[in-house]
Amino acid sequence: MIHSRLRRLISWMPRALVGLLVTPGVALAEWGLNFPRPVSPIAQEQYDLHMLITWIVTVIFIIVFGIMFYSIINHRKSKGVKAAQFSHSTKAEVIWTVIPTLILLGMAIPSTKALIMMEDTTESNMTIKVSGFQWGWHYEYLDHGIEFYSKLSTPRAQIKGEEPKGEHYLLEVDKHMALPVGQKVRFLITSHDVIHAWWVPQLGGKKDGFPGFINEFWIKPTEVGTYRGQCSELCGKDHGFMPIVVDTMEQVDFDAWVAKQKSAAPS
Amino acid sequence: MSGDHGTYYLPDPTKWPVITSMGLFLLALGFTLNIHSVAPGPWVMLVGALVIVVMMFSWFGQVAGESEAGRYGHQVDTSFRMGMGWFIFSEVMFFAAFFGALFYARIFSVPWLAGDEVLWPGYEGGWPTAGPTGANYIGPDAHEPAAGQFSSIGALGVPLLNTVLLLASSVTVTIAHWALKAQQRGRLAFWLLVSVVLGFAFLYFQVGEYMEAYQHLGLTLGSGVYGATFFMLTGFHGFHVTVGAITLTVILVRCLRGHFSPDNHFGFEGAAWYWHFVDTVWVGLFIFVYIL
Amino acid sequence: MSEEITAVADHHHDDIPKGLSRWLFTTNHKDIGTLYLWFSFMMFIIGGAMALVIRAELFQPGLQLVNPHFFNQMTTVHALVMIFGAVMPGFVGFANWLVPLMIGAPDMALPRMNNWSFWLLPFAGMLLIGSLFVPGGGPAAGWTIYPPLSIQTGMGMDLTIFAIHILGMSSILGSINIIATILNMRAPGMTLMKMPLFVWTWMITAFLLLAAMPVLAGAVTMLLTDRHFGTHFFDAAGGGDPLMFQHIFWFFGHPEVYILILPAFGMISAIIPTFARKPLFGYTSMVFATASIAFLSFIVWAHHMYTVGMPLSGELFFMYATMLIAIPTGVKIFNWLATMWRGSMTFETPMLYAISAVALFTVGGLTGVMMAITPADFQYHDTYFIVAHFHYVIFCGSVLSMFGAVYFWLPKWTGHMYNETLGKWHFWLTVIAFNVTFFPQHFLGFAGMPRRIPDYAQQFTEFNMVSSIGAFVLGFSQILLLINVVRTIKAGQPASDQVWEGAEGLEWTLPSPTPYHTFVTPPKVS
Repeated sequence: MIHSRLRRLISWMPRALVGLLVTPGVALAEWGLNFPRPVSPIAQEQYDLHMLITWIVTVIFIIVFGIMFYSIINHRKSKGVKAAQFSHSTKAEVIWTVIPTLILLGMAIPSTKALIMMEDTTESNMTIKVSGFQWGWHYEYLDHGIEFYSKLSTPRAQIKGEEPKGEHYLLEVDKHMALPVGQKVRFLITSHDVIHAWWVPQLGGKKDGFPGFINEFWIKPTEVGTYRGQCSELCGKDHGFMPIVVDTMEQVDFDAWVAKQKSAAPS
Repeated sequence: MSGDHGTYYLPDPTKWPVITSMGLFLLALGFTLNIHSVAPGPWVMLVGALVIVVMMFSWFGQVAGESEAGRYGHQVDTSFRMGMGWFIFSEVMFFAAFFGALFYARIFSVPWLAGDEVLWPGYEGGWPTAGPTGANYIGPDAHEPAAGQFSSIGALGVPLLNTVLLLASSVTVTIAHWALKAQQRGRLAFWLLVSVVLGFAFLYFQVGEYMEAYQHLGLTLGSGVYGATFFMLTGFHGFHVTVGAITLTVILVRCLRGHFSPDNHFGFEGAAWYWHFVDTVWVGLFIFVYIL
Repeated sequence: MSEEITAVADHHHDDIPKGLSRWLFTTNHKDIGTLYLWFSFMMFIIGGAMALVIRAELFQPGLQLVNPHFFNQMTTVHALVMIFGAVMPGFVGFANWLVPLMIGAPDMALPRMNNWSFWLLPFAGMLLIGSLFVPGGGPAAGWTIYPPLSIQTGMGMDLTIFAIHILGMSSILGSINIIATILNMRAPGMTLMKMPLFVWTWMITAFLLLAAMPVLAGAVTMLLTDRHFGTHFFDAAGGGDPLMFQHIFWFFGHPEVYILILPAFGMISAIIPTFARKPLFGYTSMVFATASIAFLSFIVWAHHMYTVGMPLSGELFFMYATMLIAIPTGVKIFNWLATMWRGSMTFETPMLYAISAVALFTVGGLTGVMMAITPADFQYHDTYFIVAHFHYVIFCGSVLSMFGAVYFWLPKWTGHMYNETLGKWHFWLTVIAFNVTFFPQHFLGFAGMPRRIPDYAQQFTEFNMVSSIGAFVLGFSQILLLINVVRTIKAGQPASDQVWEGAEGLEWTLPSPTPYHTFVTPPKVS
């Protein structure tokens, strides 16, 4: 098992290198080098911002390293260079204070817009209350009168290495939650015990659930599919074992799902 | 190496710091064992505390001796002053954490909880409060509340008296300081004694207030965030008053033994600074904990 | 008293006390500095061993070596040991050795207290590491010990809380000493703006410590009373809030980050000019940049908490304030580049470390800018991206600088040159292994791997394997440092007084090795 992994690793390395150098954006995601493909407006916004600032800092990084290496290669004693003795230049200081300020301003404007959009939970079509607990999630569809618990379904034997690991090892649950595509869903998140954080990368950023308090966020899925995530706030021994699985579906399918949940409910 | 190297006094190797550290270690360990009801806990704590008390007499005694022997020049005196000043600053920041908790609870968490109709329907907040599941507040100085209720200590009784006591003691310490500088030893001892008495009087009333809170007002550490911040702030302050009052007592004893001169009395001033600091914190407490 | 005075008369300049009691009772800044540095190295090895437990478990998916509860103890104690045991004491060790030498003082201002600040540390260390062996195990709530999770754990958490109290005392006493030394003990003519930058950065660090450590002490005290004495500071049912702990903790925590880096800036600013044979570029702007970083560190704490559900206005404020930090930090990096520019550089081990510290710290700084952007941080937060980020900052910024500083000043301290070949081997292995370990973690974070998990989904396997292999090489490379230092202390080519061709400053005017007592009569600084 380790052996095959290592072999895969070696074959994968040149691809990754090529990927790093030439392929921008989404293609990188397939090799696990970048964010997974966004499927909600917030995730899209985050993805775009992430790419923008990644490129900006990459360029800055190249410039800084370029100057440094130019200097390392050319300004060395072994080349017989005599050291210059300058020790200040107000002009230079002003330049490298002002330019970063302008770059930061350039980053602040789109970030502010994105943040305002993200925090706007008004005009939602439905509300779901999510409660984390040690260790799993409790979902309540407040407008539909549905509630259920959702916990890790990976068998213990796979974790212990006694069975081969499945395709969705550690990212599979006994009961998926469902969301309709194209609807703005408001989430209320809280917790029964310690702090948890609900996070499905492709659906947009995470939010912490605090015991005794309620936080809000929203998701508007744009595509049908199954999306997986994990708790991302340390919550004790099984923090690594409380995944989230969301099925997004067309409204009709969602309605059918709701009806099925209701008929299955013990009440 | 002492004295003979240049002008700055460099003390000889000393065994007290490492012994003190061990004492603190035992104190912490014993306290932990105690909390978890492990048998030798109290004894370990006791040994730790004894080590620290012995250290204080020996280490501080040594420093006082060196000071009176005139080993410390002007520069050493300045080091001590800076040390004490910045130590008090760090203490201010320690209190800031607890004041921060008080403000946070009053400005953020209690109003948030009161506005939460999903998790805590019917909780109205306000201040003092023991939180959504805690006892109900029934106004200040209401004796013998029913089960599920608690009261608080009104500002105008003992707390006001204590404010007067502590402010007065700050004044008397300053009068003692003037006397010290004017070489009036009798006045110095008298006003210092008055300060010490005022300090201990404060503590006496504070203890009485705590007993009243626990026995008659239903106000305990467990009374929600109000009880927690109330006892943490006043208790931590009370601890500082205790330390300050003991220090002033030591300084009084040293004065009676003829220590300090008009231009060499850092020990006195350090204690006085500390006392003023404790006093200032109390004013903050009186305003934010009792009045508002 | 008379006994002491005769004892004094017997002591002469280099009549150094012998045996264990020398180290237990010393009031000499050089001895205490040495103690701090060895303590720091010991903690570095212990914390490193814990890191290797973590990386071994993460080598492949599944639970192999440790159970999740122990894994969490390892991540928690690794961080606490490295921060409070390795990096901070390491810096204080350098301050002890160097600040008096650099400002021409006979010793630290308060030598007995100096001894105390050190000897608090081993006892705090015993509490912290001992917590792993009590019933219920050590703290397992992450080094940030957020309640309510930290309320759940057993006795180990209480020992940790007291360890933090004692460590805090040590830092506060140490800082008071450093401030008093710098403000009160400078040789005549050594004005504030003539002080080496290391002295400046340490003074500012000391102020940060004085303001931040007591706040942490307050936070853990409230944790203790919530755990055992029925208070409800962090419990909504009683009107408190778990989030309040995070605010108080990070009010300490962010200045702490700069406490962990500013002295390193001072070291870099000493090493680069020496080997570029050129004065430091922009001394004044360096001082002001350091001061403004320190100031800003008190108003950015909530950028560690973007996902806790703050009001929009709060998120915006902390985003803007955090972005501002990039400006003075950038100024520093550009100043170092300008110092190298048109210098006459040679690349001995200290210089290699200083340059790599600047370069790799820049990587950490730039990923820091990415995380300052609140909307994007909702994706980065609590993933391996942040793990990569803070290791680039703390390992590369702080630890690499300290390695460089060890090689830089060791000849002065011991009178012997270290082995340059061994030093270069240590450098290349460390820097390459570091990047192999941590660079892939950026991608793990992007791909969605949360931090603090003992097991992971299979798509993260490859990078974790690479990272684990790097970590083991990184860990075992440190043996080279130990060998080199021990060999240098025992033997080695004699070092000249100047040691380095381009070295400037008061410490280089002293003989190598430095006598037990130096600057007993203050030097005149022109």
